[in-house]
Amino acid sequence: MKVSDKKSVNDNEPIGSELHALIKENIREYAMYIALVFIFIYFNVLTNGLFLSSRNISDLINQTGYIAVLAVGMTLILIIKHIDLSVGYVAGFLGAVAAIFLKNGWNVWLVIPLTLFFGVCVGLYQGFLVARIGVPAFVTTLAGMFIFRGFLSRVTAGTGTIIVRDEVFRAISNGFLPDLPFGGNLHVLTLLIGILAVILVIISQIRQRNSMLKYNFKVMSLPIFISKILFMSVIILLVVWILAGYRGIPWTAVIVGVVLFIYNFMLHKTRLGRYIYGIGGNSEAAELSGVNVKNVTMFAFASVSMLAALSGILYTSRLSSATPTAGLGFELDAIASSYIGGVSVNGGIGRVTNTIVGALVIMSLTNGMNLMGVDVSYQYVVRGAIFILAVAFDVKTRGKRR
Amino acid sequence: MSENILEMRGIIKEFPGVRALNNVNFKVRRGEIHCLVGENGAGKSTLMKVLSGVHPYGTYSGQIIYNDEEQKFKSIADSEAVGIAIIYQELALIPELSIYENIYFGHEVTEGRIINWNQTIVQAREMLQKVRLNVNPSMKIKNLSVGKRQLVEIAKALSKNVKLLVLDEPTAALNEDDSENLLELLIQLKHQGVTCIMISHKLKEVVAIADTITVLRDGATITSMDAEKTKISEHEIIKNMVGRAIENIYPKRKKKNPGPVFLEIKNWTVYNPVSEREILHDININVRKGEIVGIAGLMGAGRTELALSIFGNVPNYKITNGEIIVDGLRKKLKHPKDAIKAGIAYVTEDRKGNGLVLIQDIKYNTSIANLEKLTEGIIINDKKEIQVAKDYQKSINIKAPSVRQIVGNLSGGNQQKVSIAKWLFVEPKILILDEPTRGIDVGAKFEIYTIMNKLVEQGMSIIMISSELLEILGMSDRIYIMSEGSITGELKGEEATEQKVMAMATRVEEVME
Repeated sequence: MKVSDKKSVNDNEPIGSELHALIKENIREYAMYIALVFIFIYFNVLTNGLFLSSRNISDLINQTGYIAVLAVGMTLILIIKHIDLSVGYVAGFLGAVAAIFLKNGWNVWLVIPLTLFFGVCVGLYQGFLVARIGVPAFVTTLAGMFIFRGFLSRVTAGTGTIIVRDEVFRAISNGFLPDLPFGGNLHVLTLLIGILAVILVIISQIRQRNSMLKYNFKVMSLPIFISKILFMSVIILLVVWILAGYRGIPWTAVIVGVVLFIYNFMLHKTRLGRYIYGIGGNSEAAELSGVNVKNVTMFAFASVSMLAALSGILYTSRLSSATPTAGLGFELDAIASSYIGGVSVNGGIGRVTNTIVGALVIMSLTNGMNLMGVDVSYQYVVRGAIFILAVAFDVKTRGKRR
Repeated sequence: MSENILEMRGIIKEFPGVRALNNVNFKVRRGEIHCLVGENGAGKSTLMKVLSGVHPYGTYSGQIIYNDEEQKFKSIADSEAVGIAIIYQELALIPELSIYENIYFGHEVTEGRIINWNQTIVQAREMLQKVRLNVNPSMKIKNLSVGKRQLVEIAKALSKNVKLLVLDEPTAALNEDDSENLLELLIQLKHQGVTCIMISHKLKEVVAIADTITVLRDGATITSMDAEKTKISEHEIIKNMVGRAIENIYPKRKKKNPGPVFLEIKNWTVYNPVSEREILHDININVRKGEIVGIAGLMGAGRTELALSIFGNVPNYKITNGEIIVDGLRKKLKHPKDAIKAGIAYVTEDRKGNGLVLIQDIKYNTSIANLEKLTEGIIINDKKEIQVAKDYQKSINIKAPSVRQIVGNLSGGNQQKVSIAKWLFVEPKILILDEPTRGIDVGAKFEIYTIMNKLVEQGMSIIMISSELLEILGMSDRIYIMSEGSITGELKGEEATEQKVMAMATRVEEVME
C-alpha cells in the first residue's frame, strides 16, 4: 500500500524537519512569494526607493486590478482544462462599448451592468461552441480573438480614442475610498481596515486550525503556526501603512477583493466549485457522478467573459478613455498569472487567491520595468520568459510529486 | 531447423501484487495453427506481450527460443525484425490514411531516402491479393468494415515478411461471414508456410481450425492438446479452462427471498455510431429487490456497454429500441443525473479512468455524486462532509490515515472501496458493480463481497458484471450470460456451473453435465 507514513497529528516532530517537509510540499507557492519579494527588493533598490513608495504601490494596485479579475476567470477555465485566448480583445471591445454608451450620456449605473451582461453573452456564445458543438476551446477563442479585435477596431474607427468624462466611471480605477472626517496626515480608515483585516485573519486561521485538530487532521506545529500568522499580519499592516501614506485604499482593490471573495467562496464552498475541480481532475468521472459537464463548461466561459468585461471597464476607467489597442496581450498576462499562481497545466488544481499573487508578480515586473524606463520590446521578452519559466517549474515540481 | 518455430520456457511475469504468468511453457510447431485459450485473466495476452517485446527482456524470467536461437526482445521492433507480428483486438491502423499507406507505414518502400509511392501501390495490391481482399488500395481505412480492416492488418504483417503471426481475438468484432473468411485465410496462410498463434474465445472456431490447442489457467499452462490427429471437443476445452473447485472465499449470506421486480430492461437495442455496429440486441433482463444478479460473459460481450447505456448513456450510443422500468415506472435516463435520481448507481470497471478524481482526496470523492445532501443554502457543510467520509471509511474499512488522503496514493483495493463509498452515499436502490474486484487482492475482495451481502440484506439490488466466473457463481442469486451483445442464457444461482456458463458465453449449443 502506498499510503504515506505521515502521522495525523505531529507532536514530536522537530521543527526543522517539519519546516523541511512544509517547504517540500509547498515549494511552488513559496517560490512565487520568494519571486515577489525578490522583484520588490530588486526594483526598489534600482529605483532608489521609488518602487515601494506609497504612490507607486497605489499605482501598482490599480494596474494589477484589470489583469487580476481577468486572471481569476482564466483560472477557472484552466482548471477545467480549456483556454480562452479571446479575453484581451473582449475586454478591449467591451471597454470601448462602455465608453461609447457613456459618451452618449447613458447613466453609468446602467452602463456597467449592461457591459457585464454583454460579457456574459460573449461567454455563452464561446461556451456553446466549446461545450455543445465540441469545437476545441483553443480554436473557438482564437477565432474570438480576431472577431473582437475586429469589433474593437470597428467601434473606434470613426473617432479613434474615445474619451470618458464620467467622474464615477473614472473613479473606478483612479479613485480611493474616502477617509473618515478626522484623519490627519495618515489615512485613518485605511489603517482601521488593515487592523480589522489582521484580526479577521487571526480568528479565521485559529478556527480553521481548531476544526482540523478536532478531526485529527495533520496541522502545523504551534510555533510554525504562530510565525505564519505573524508573518501574514506584518505583511497586511505593511501594505496598509504604505497605502495610508498616500490616498488610502483604491476602489480597484475593493473591486478585486469582492471578485476574489465571491470566486474563492464559489470554488471552495459550493457544489459548482466542486464540480469545476472534478471536471478538471477527471471529466469522465465527473460526468458519471451526475455532473452536467457541458453546463459547467458554459458557466466557466460565461464567467471569464464577464470578468473580461469587468477588466475592460477597469482598464478604460484607468486610462479615462477607450483606445483601439486596448486589451492587447491581456490574455497572456492572465494566463501567466494563473500558472505563476500554481494552476496545474494538467488541470484540476489551482486557487484564485494564489492567482491574484501571480498577477501581482507579473504586474510588478511591468511596473518596475516601466519605472526604470525599460523599452517595451524587452518587456515582452521578460514577461514571456517569466511565463515559460513558471510553467516549466510547475511541470518539473509536479512531476516529482506524482 | 528443429520442428518447433517457437518455444517459450518457464516464463514468469509479475506485476505489482500479481503473478500474471507462473512458469508457462509453450511450444509452437512450424507451420501450424496454434490456438491459445483460457478465461479472462488467464495470462494469454500477457504471454503474447512477452513474446512480442511489449514486456521487454529483463522484466520477465524464462527463455524464448525462436528459430533455434534464444531471443532477447527489447521492443516490438526487435520481434518484428525476426518475423513475429502481432495483431491486436484494437486495430492499429490510421483511419485517415489509405490502405497502401497503412500497409507500408513504418517500413516504406523507398529509393534512396525518397518514398516510391507507385511501387508502394503495386506491392500493396499484391499483399491485398494474398489476403483475398479485393478493394482499391487507395481507399481510406475509415471507409472499410471492421472485417476488411482486419485483413489489411494481416496484409501489413505479410508485407513485413512475417513468419509467425499472432492474432488476439481476431473474430471478436466480426460477423459470421467475415469470421469464416478470415479463418479460411489463416488456413491458406498455413499452407504458404506462415505459422499462426490465435487467441480466441470462440471455441467453435478453435475446434474448426486448430492443429494444437493450449489451455492457460491462472497464469500456467494446463495442457497442450494435439487436435490434428484426434478431434478435441469444445467441452473438453472448457473443462480444462475452468476445472477447479470453488474455494471458500465467498462469505455466506443469510438467504432471503428476493422481493418484487425492481428494475426491468425490455427489448433494449443499442447502436454504436462510432463503430457503426449494433452492440446490444434485444436485451431483456430484470432485477428483484434484495437480489444479486450476475452478468457473465467474455470480454467484448457488451456487458459494460449495457450498463453504460442504462446509466445515462454517457458514450452517446443510439438507443434504437427498448425501455427501462424502475419500480413499475417507465423512465427516460438521459444523463447519469437522471439515473441517480431514479435510484441507480454505477461503479465503473475503470476506477482510474472514469471512476475517481485521483488528484482529490477521499472525502471529495466520497461526496461528489451527492453534494445536494450536504448543501445548506448554497454552502457545502464541510463538517458534515468530513463526518460522512469518516463514517464510510470506518464502515467499509478504507485503509488510509485520514479522509484527506489523496486517492491517487491509495492501493487498488482501497480505491475501489472509495468508489463504492461514493455510490453508497447516493443511497441507491440498485447498485451496478462493473468488475468490482478487478486488480485487487484476495483480502480486499472478501471485504467487498461482505459489503455486497450486507447491502442486499438491507434490501438493495445489485447487478454484478464480472469476468471472473467463480465470483459470479459464488455471489449471484441469478445469472445472465451475455455473448456478442445478446443475452444467451439465464441460470439460477444453484443450478449454475462453470461449464454451463462458459458454454453459453462461448455459445456452445448443448449443455454438458
